[in-house]
Amino acid sequence: MLEVRKLACSRGDHCLFSELSFTLDSGQIMQVQGANGSGKTSLLRSLCGFLMPDEGEIVWRGENIRELDEEYYAEMMYLGHLNAIKDELSGLENLQISAGLSGVTLDEKEAMDALRRMGLKGREMLPTKVLSQGQRRRVALARMLVNDAKLWILDEPLAALDVGAVALIQQLIAEHLARQGMVIFTTHQPLIVDGIDVLNLNLS
Amino acid sequence: MKKSTMFGLLMLVVRRDLILAMRRRADVLTTLIFFVMVVSLFPLGVGPEMAMLRKMAPGVLWVAALLSSMLSLGRLFSADYLDGTLEQMMLAPQSLSMLVLGKMAAHWVVSGLPLVLMAPILGLQFDMTGEALVVLIIGLLLGTPILSMVGAIGAALTLGLRGGGVLLSLLVLPLCIPVLIFATGAVDAVTSGLNITAHLSLLGAFFVMALVFTPWVTAQALRISME
Repeated sequence: MLEVRKLACSRGDHCLFSELSFTLDSGQIMQVQGANGSGKTSLLRSLCGFLMPDEGEIVWRGENIRELDEEYYAEMMYLGHLNAIKDELSGLENLQISAGLSGVTLDEKEAMDALRRMGLKGREMLPTKVLSQGQRRRVALARMLVNDAKLWILDEPLAALDVGAVALIQQLIAEHLARQGMVIFTTHQPLIVDGIDVLNLNLS
Repeated sequence: MKKSTMFGLLMLVVRRDLILAMRRRADVLTTLIFFVMVVSLFPLGVGPEMAMLRKMAPGVLWVAALLSSMLSLGRLFSADYLDGTLEQMMLAPQSLSMLVLGKMAAHWVVSGLPLVLMAPILGLQFDMTGEALVVLIIGLLLGTPILSMVGAIGAALTLGLRGGGVLLSLLVLPLCIPVLIFATGAVDAVTSGLNITAHLSLLGAFFVMALVFTPWVTAQALRISME
């Protein structure tokens, strides 16, 4: 499904990685490992098409993602370091808008249910600027509940989350894999999905 | 969960930007007040000679509109860039140009339309005739969206740069000179009893050109800025 062929990426004059090849199939999960600055985020951003790789190509269902463009974007979801939520909007509005941008129209009930499952009951209508860092992250991660993307690209999904939320994210990833989804992620915290082997990709 | 259409996505972006503008009303008002202030300073500065004021009115109003639209352009993409929303817009399963067009439209409603509505009142300070005011409004209605659209290219190119605001003005203002010439020319023409269709047709042509090309160019510029 997702195939990376001889990818090379550099930032400035510094070469982060080269000759990187791997494939990821339905139902598989891959953790990208490496020290700070080893190019984990750059790899994930290349997979999103934000960064133009120096060499090599990224192939989705047999076609280069540059050519697929919107067809590829319809099948993937990216959650980065940045939460992409607006301080002035409530959790509910934020979720409806971010789902809308990913091509899914949510009615109020669906969005409320997703936020409640993320542990934000009673805070759906508050402007997100009054929420804590972890709660804001939960609003951003609620998108995992309301999309039908096949490929999830998660950059440090567990940052700022408490133990309960980490368990919930692990459960959501397990459900996604059970639906034959695919996940590629980075984390500095252990992320254990029961009964599934996590593929490892070491960048350093 | 329903799939959204291209038009649905466009409307989503417009509505979102308008809601955000409503919640950050100070930003909108500063642009408008700046416009009113600059225009009002001229009659005070050059004295109350009616003939001279009438002559300079369209130019003053248009230059003030250009400058005040520069104030708000810097914010067009920067907030979305900083909080990561722009990344998500690029990953939307519809063309980025459509989303950009939505942002341009919202920007015009928030920072262009208030100027158009305010202009006739300010025009009275310059003793403009009713006929001249009507042409001024038509010119502004056609011209201010061009400022938002052309300005968006500059905003996208200077995204994330330090001191981007000044650079933005240097990039965009020269491109707006034709709009300034033909929009003020139309008012001059009507006051001297000439035909205005040529001026307004050219403005309309600029508008259509901008509508077709600027969303695409801006989307490409945003992709470059994201790297």
